[in-house]
Amino acid sequence: MTWENSAITITTLLPLVGALVIALVPKGQDRLIRGLGVAVTGVALVLAAAIAVGFDYAAPGLQYVLDVRWIDAIDARYHVGIDGISMPLYVLTFLLSFLCAIYTWRYLPSPGRPKAFVALMLLLETGMAGTFVAFDLILFFVFWELVLVPMYFLIGIWGSDNREYAAIKFFLFTLFGSIFMLLGFLAMYFRSEPHTFDILELQAFAQAGGFSRGFQVVVFGAVALGLAVKVPMWPLHTWLPDAHTEAPTIGSVLLAGIMLKMGTYGFVRIALPLLPDAASAYAPWIGLLAAIAIVYAALACLAQRDLKRLIAFSSVGHMGFVMLGIATMTEIGIQAAIFGMVAHGVITGMLFFCVGSIYDRYHTRQIAEIGGGMLQKMPKLGSTFAYVAIASLGLPGLAGFWGEVMALLASFRPNETLGLDPGLFRVFMVMGGIGTILTAGYFLWMLQRVNMGVLPDRWREAPLADTLAIEWVSWTPLLALILVLGLYPRLVFGMTDEPVAALMSLFGG
Amino acid sequence: MVRLPLVLLFSAVLFSAGVYGVLARRNAVMVLMAIELMLNAVNVNLVAFATALRDVVGQVFALFVIAVAAAEVGIGLAIVILLYRTRESINVDEVNLLRW
Amino acid sequence: MVGALGILAAETAGAPAHADVSWFVRSAWLVPLLPFLAAGLILFLGKRSPGGGAPWGIGAVGASFVLSLGVLWHVVQGGAAYEASIPWFAIGPLHVEAGILIDGLAAVMLVVVTSISLMVQVYSLGYMHADQRFTWFYVVLSLFTAAMLVVVVSNNVVQLLVGWEIMGVCSYLLIGHWWEEHENSSAAIKAFITTRIGDVPMIFGFFALIAATGFATANIRETTHAIAEGGEVSTAFLAIAALLLFGGTIGKSAQFPLHVWLPDAMAGPTPVSALIHAATMVAAGVYLVGRLFEVFVAADPAVLTTVSVVAAITMLGAALLAIAQDDIKRVLAYSTLSQLAYMVAGLSLGEEGFTAGFFHLFTHAFFKALLFLAAGSVIHAVHSNSMREMGGLRGSMPVTFRTMLIGALALAGVVPLAGFWSKDELLVVAYDTGTTWLFWLFLATAVVTALYTTRMIVLTFFGSYRGQGHPHESPPSMAGPLVALAAATAVVGFLGAPQLGAVFGKWVYVGHPHEAHVVPWIAVLSTAGALAGIAVGWLVYRDARGVDPLAARLGPLWRVLERRYYIDDLYMAAVVLPVRDRLSAAVVWVDRHVIDGAVNGAAWVTRGLARLVAWVDRHVVDGAVNGLGGLTGSSGGLLRYLQSGNVQWYAVMLFVGVIALTVVFIRIV
Repeated sequence: MTWENSAITITTLLPLVGALVIALVPKGQDRLIRGLGVAVTGVALVLAAAIAVGFDYAAPGLQYVLDVRWIDAIDARYHVGIDGISMPLYVLTFLLSFLCAIYTWRYLPSPGRPKAFVALMLLLETGMAGTFVAFDLILFFVFWELVLVPMYFLIGIWGSDNREYAAIKFFLFTLFGSIFMLLGFLAMYFRSEPHTFDILELQAFAQAGGFSRGFQVVVFGAVALGLAVKVPMWPLHTWLPDAHTEAPTIGSVLLAGIMLKMGTYGFVRIALPLLPDAASAYAPWIGLLAAIAIVYAALACLAQRDLKRLIAFSSVGHMGFVMLGIATMTEIGIQAAIFGMVAHGVITGMLFFCVGSIYDRYHTRQIAEIGGGMLQKMPKLGSTFAYVAIASLGLPGLAGFWGEVMALLASFRPNETLGLDPGLFRVFMVMGGIGTILTAGYFLWMLQRVNMGVLPDRWREAPLADTLAIEWVSWTPLLALILVLGLYPRLVFGMTDEPVAALMSLFGG
Repeated sequence: MVRLPLVLLFSAVLFSAGVYGVLARRNAVMVLMAIELMLNAVNVNLVAFATALRDVVGQVFALFVIAVAAAEVGIGLAIVILLYRTRESINVDEVNLLRW
Repeated sequence: MVGALGILAAETAGAPAHADVSWFVRSAWLVPLLPFLAAGLILFLGKRSPGGGAPWGIGAVGASFVLSLGVLWHVVQGGAAYEASIPWFAIGPLHVEAGILIDGLAAVMLVVVTSISLMVQVYSLGYMHADQRFTWFYVVLSLFTAAMLVVVVSNNVVQLLVGWEIMGVCSYLLIGHWWEEHENSSAAIKAFITTRIGDVPMIFGFFALIAATGFATANIRETTHAIAEGGEVSTAFLAIAALLLFGGTIGKSAQFPLHVWLPDAMAGPTPVSALIHAATMVAAGVYLVGRLFEVFVAADPAVLTTVSVVAAITMLGAALLAIAQDDIKRVLAYSTLSQLAYMVAGLSLGEEGFTAGFFHLFTHAFFKALLFLAAGSVIHAVHSNSMREMGGLRGSMPVTFRTMLIGALALAGVVPLAGFWSKDELLVVAYDTGTTWLFWLFLATAVVTALYTTRMIVLTFFGSYRGQGHPHESPPSMAGPLVALAAATAVVGFLGAPQLGAVFGKWVYVGHPHEAHVVPWIAVLSTAGALAGIAVGWLVYRDARGVDPLAARLGPLWRVLERRYYIDDLYMAAVVLPVRDRLSAAVVWVDRHVIDGAVNGAAWVTRGLARLVAWVDRHVVDGAVNGLGGLTGSSGGLLRYLQSGNVQWYAVMLFVGVIALTVVFIRIV
């Protein structure tokens, strides 16, 4: 075992080990448990950073590969590795988890029970990270499903009033989708020659024309259904506002920051390369749903009265841009999509941190009850919130811009060699443009109602503390990242350029 | 030499008396006594046939039955005493522990 | 990206290829970088540094101003255009660079932006000194300046877009600077959204430019070349691209029909109005057209005609509205709309108008900034924006009065102040190109301009004071910039005076250097028009008290002007409220009842099915099992009567059984 082939495994499974260790710690050791959480996620982040630093961005293909026998009976292998598409998401997973662990140092929603909370969080981290590095469909599916359980409990136990409904809805919705996805995986397994679950082998098999068009169309439908629920694509999105609204702060952060990207990542990693013909056949439909999602979510946001629900709905729109980028089937579009995933993870994760902190102070999420004037009482929290909201509406120079504008640019001319109609995609582009206007509208309106104006009398005497030190510690990396990604998008584009070009070469592009 | 049929008749009477005692008496001790009667009626038969057939095996069996009967009475009386202690009565009608 | 510009340092330090280019031009990337760094510095250290961080901002923009002068000097000497860039990022085939493009146009704009920004920042020391968010104000001013300068020096549309939108957000932040008032924050939102409505088409226009090069580059020169050369780009494509790009101008330069935000933007502090909403940002829309002028020229002539029609509507329409305003800043705001339309109309006249339009931009920046700062000085003194509460300030505010008078005369187009020269140039070009209708419109608007300007001056400085308290002259930090701008207003016009060689035309032009020439009757006519407007204004408003004399005379027409032609009301009733309140509510209804209804319905049906299955399971399947058990049980129940527990009864049974068996046995045997 060398660092080269064990790095991914060690890093990915470290949180799982951490969770087991925490399970052995006696119940009363609150500080120790939370400290362990920070330590484990911190070490994992350092390891992930080491992987990112040691990665050769110029070289094609996977790196840090480990491919060993796992379940012989069904030819499932333990095949992990990382490339430029996985890298930004993989690192982001560890970063956000680490920041969440720090945040948990102070904030733990009722009913407390830090041991279970931290352990579940770590379990979640392994599941999410593993999804991005698994190159075997069964392994992918295991990690994919592994995520469900801790998130179910995070929402169901530490959520707010309507938590049980939200948790069950989230669980069933996702499970419903993943069953179809699993069926799709099985279909590919049985159709491939020799039978395999290995993504790269299946990719080669598909490239050789192994899957007939009709077969692809059916299987793509099944796999895409599973992925689309997770994204979520319109109209499969309704679990998201509920889950987000009810989830505890760090649940929302991880849900928005990482878990939604598992779906879009799945499209880029599995659905497109393994089922190329079907992908181009479905692309206009995906584009349509994405464009609808953008406008629809923006309009829905305008009508929200609950701050957290508003942010949750905005995710639907942002993921719409990501899916629109993917649907164009161009290098620009897919790179834009990956950038959009990272940017959305950073920005919306941060927005949920802000909303969590606002809730923690006001004990209400209703915009009308907050009543404005937050900047008067808490200028730092207010300006942070405004900064992130403006980033989220896609201001150039901040991270949110590149994913959106490049996705729109890609839809100006989708991949015509695959038979995508530019006229149609320009309609999507215009819808996306309208969406950006509406997005600006609801975010600014929200800021007006929350941040600006005069503080209502009822809050004047309330103990509303401005941003605390622990919050600055857990937020500063994200706030800086928003700016850095905005000014220097090469940070992500430089990673994705090579693998996306390789991906598009599968389409003869 | 006593004739065999007479002996058999005697044992039949004895056995019938025993059967009557078992079926009709309410007193548990009397029931046990009646069982003794029936066993002894069998013993009489065994001895009678052993003499008539000149086979000693019948007598062996008779001895065996006497031994078993002694044990049986011992356990039976113990049960009756326990019964008496718990129920203050040895009336078998009032004891239906074997009911389903 | 401004940060990325920093890397240009290495690039330019060792660039022997441009040894003939002056250091100032090669270092032009510093011009936006300095205010950007200043913004960061003030943000993090401002509160702890002397002067609340303002010196950082003023120092940075001052240095930028000096650098800009150096850059302009290069142009004055006849230096060639200079371009330098470094790779920024690549996405697929598209390689985007960060870079600078310095030509006459950019150099002049650099000087305009840095000089006005410098003046405004100095002025704000006095105007904003008591403001609780003084430091923050300087952060945003510096950031704005940096963004505007990025737009000016950009050599590619992506970088331009970044600067463009950051300007927009700074404008938002500054209009809403006093966000405690609901009106102010609403005005800020209105400004941002309205300009964004224009920006989205502009972004699509940029896409078209990028697409014309096959998604290879976003460089302005290369894309405009690719477009102008034609090639595979159809004329229809070109026309649409040009119109889309013009959308950005309509939004940012507040042309009809997206002009509604600018008057409301006056809710911001007055220095902001001077810098952003008069001199620089709103001019960026005009600059955009100039920067991409090849596209407009190469496109169908109908495009430029459309541009001139939009400009014409705005020009006269806004000028008329300016007459009916009571808020002194709103008078200036509508005046700005009208003057911006002059510039746009000038550009719509083609290559000849290009120089004239930008000359007007150049002069307008100075005199309009002057007017706004002077108006700010007045507002600072009387604590009101309403001209009803002003009057007679001539005596108590002599410096403000004199400088504002210079600005007003320049705006009205009186010889020899700046506005006269640039308007005259526009008239000449309109006449030369045979665009007669525009010529007469220019003239008519000039008369109206002189009228409302006079009205403003008379209501503010003449008559008797109608407000409360004792207004007095502003401090030197405010008066100083006024004097400086007044001096500039007096002299910059000569740069374009044909009698003095009209050097401006040698700096800013497309194609070949612009040769201005004198048409005496036009000069006389325009002067006469201006004087007529002034005379009418003086006669009407000389004795005005309270109610506007024109209001009574115009009747319902006045009402229309007061309500801004009902355009704002129309937008509110037809677009904003339906989308914001009704459409969004409808979507949420659909989401909750249709989509989520389907989900919950599916759950409901599933649960119903489950209940049915449970019933079947309990009563049918389990029924069978239980039935069997029940049968067994009940038959056992019957049999149990035999089981009395009475040993003797058992013995009876035994006995009977034995008897029976014996009988059977005997019978068988």
